[in-house]
Amino acid sequence: MNLASLTIDAARSAIQERKITALALAEEHYAKIAEKDGEVGAFLTLCKERALEQADRIDRLSAEGKPLPPLAGVPVAIKDVMSTRGIRTTAGSKSLEKYISPYDCTAVARMEAAGAVILGKTNCDEFAMGSSNENSAFHAVRNPRDLSRVPGGSSGGSAAAVAADMAIAALGSDTGGSIRQPASFCGVVGLMPTYGRVSRYGLIAFASSLDHIGPLTKNVKDAATILRTIAGRDPMDSTSAEVPVPDYVAEFEKPIRGLKLGVAKEYFGEGLDDEVRHAVESAIDKLEGQGCEIVPVSLPHTPYAIPTYYVIATAEASSNLARYDGVRYSFRARGVKSLSEMYRRSRDESFGAEVKRRIMLGTYALSAGYYDAYYLKAQKVRTLLARDFEDTFTRVDAIVTPTSPTAAFRLGEKSDDPLAMYLADIYTVTADLAGIPGISIPCGETKEKLPIGLQILGKHFDESTILRVARGYERSAH
Amino acid sequence: MKVTDKDVAYVADLANLELSAGERTAMVRDLNSILGYIDKLNQLDTSNVEPMAQVSDRYGIDQGKQGSERFSYATRDDIVEGLRKSLPQEVALQNAPDADGTFFRVPKVIER
Repeated sequence: MNLASLTIDAARSAIQERKITALALAEEHYAKIAEKDGEVGAFLTLCKERALEQADRIDRLSAEGKPLPPLAGVPVAIKDVMSTRGIRTTAGSKSLEKYISPYDCTAVARMEAAGAVILGKTNCDEFAMGSSNENSAFHAVRNPRDLSRVPGGSSGGSAAAVAADMAIAALGSDTGGSIRQPASFCGVVGLMPTYGRVSRYGLIAFASSLDHIGPLTKNVKDAATILRTIAGRDPMDSTSAEVPVPDYVAEFEKPIRGLKLGVAKEYFGEGLDDEVRHAVESAIDKLEGQGCEIVPVSLPHTPYAIPTYYVIATAEASSNLARYDGVRYSFRARGVKSLSEMYRRSRDESFGAEVKRRIMLGTYALSAGYYDAYYLKAQKVRTLLARDFEDTFTRVDAIVTPTSPTAAFRLGEKSDDPLAMYLADIYTVTADLAGIPGISIPCGETKEKLPIGLQILGKHFDESTILRVARGYERSAH
Repeated sequence: MKVTDKDVAYVADLANLELSAGERTAMVRDLNSILGYIDKLNQLDTSNVEPMAQVSDRYGIDQGKQGSERFSYATRDDIVEGLRKSLPQEVALQNAPDADGTFFRVPKVIER
């Protein structure tokens, strides 16, 4: 079976029609992982036993001629920040190297209940902090399209696994761009749903007012199918919203003629690579060709998004990561003599440089004398950023931008300069701060054959429209 | 320089980090570089702007309701095993680097 073109529907139909068993499909993906992952490094843990049990369950349903659930037998990968019962969950950190989750993340449980076969857990930047996947405590991930380049981050392993056909789809998490930017770098689709759309129960927390779970897939329809599966209120996560879940799959093929698409000048300024600009402008022309009305708009506070984000995200992280204290989660420094020494040395020895930097920055921003100047100030600017979108969305249905200012950069290129790395998220952090949904879809390549991403941002809980626009572009491009 | 060696030592203490001498030097450099960039926020007058602590307060809720009523869907009765059974003790302790079967074990807290 040709795994490269295999999507959710194709896999499910092939199983339903008995052309292939779920077991064989899982084995084919494991063979692909054995062949390619040595050089890519997308996976941290494989869970073959659990995968094959689930595949067998699907095959028995199929043999009995029973109707198959929407993700029946679909081999998927899960970013290693989502808890999986009985399976190691590391968050890319030495501090959780031996941590076995006692329960399943809701999104993972919903995927499995819909028939998905979980192949394994994917590599990521430590605690999802990074834009290149080089902050993993275990090993870097290489971009399957060019092994000298990064896959983006922090969901780099999930994006690379889908791009290299080692999984049909994957789940990732997005706090500042961590689904969309790696999707853009690896040439796949990445969807960050509205804040509250998908339960975070069982997601290892980075910044709780910004963390989202979403899919990385080979096409727009698969993203719609997975969103329909994982979206909706979960009593285990009080921030999951009580907003009805539409049938994204039924809606995503609707024509886009007449939709108003905003193009904000702030996303096309200094720092945007010429090849990326050209590809995104061509994509916008194609959308106009499909009958969309292109409306110039302004989101004037955009230049303040990165500094706002790095105050709020690090402040929340400094609090969330206080729990890694050497008592409960598998790692403790050896030879400690007092409780205080145990805390300090356990954290010192198990956190990487970027995690320490963010804990320090966040603790500083929250400390006495600096709270108003940094944390409160950033929360106020966050209001201004959210208002920019509120105002703009009274006039347009969605906003189209580049996902990232450049295509995938080289390993090591930005790893010594934290600020340069932070600026890789310049077009993605705004949506996390405002809580709006965003999707990245491939829109061409550079001369060096590196993928370029088109980002579509939408109104709160209006994933249907951004999926429609994404599908509209996908149709025009094929 | 906004952040000094002394500040880094103080903040590391608050964050329960030790940091080696090399890490502290790098931290002074990095925090100054990042905070210098963050100072850009002071270009904006925010004196009449409400802070936004979370997204859920603004979107996706019934704006017709008042105060905590708006989040009534997210509350439940305060009862034991309200949503799910608590983890069995052995499961809750399974990841502990040191436990005695009933409790997490840590180095002595009070020195004498």
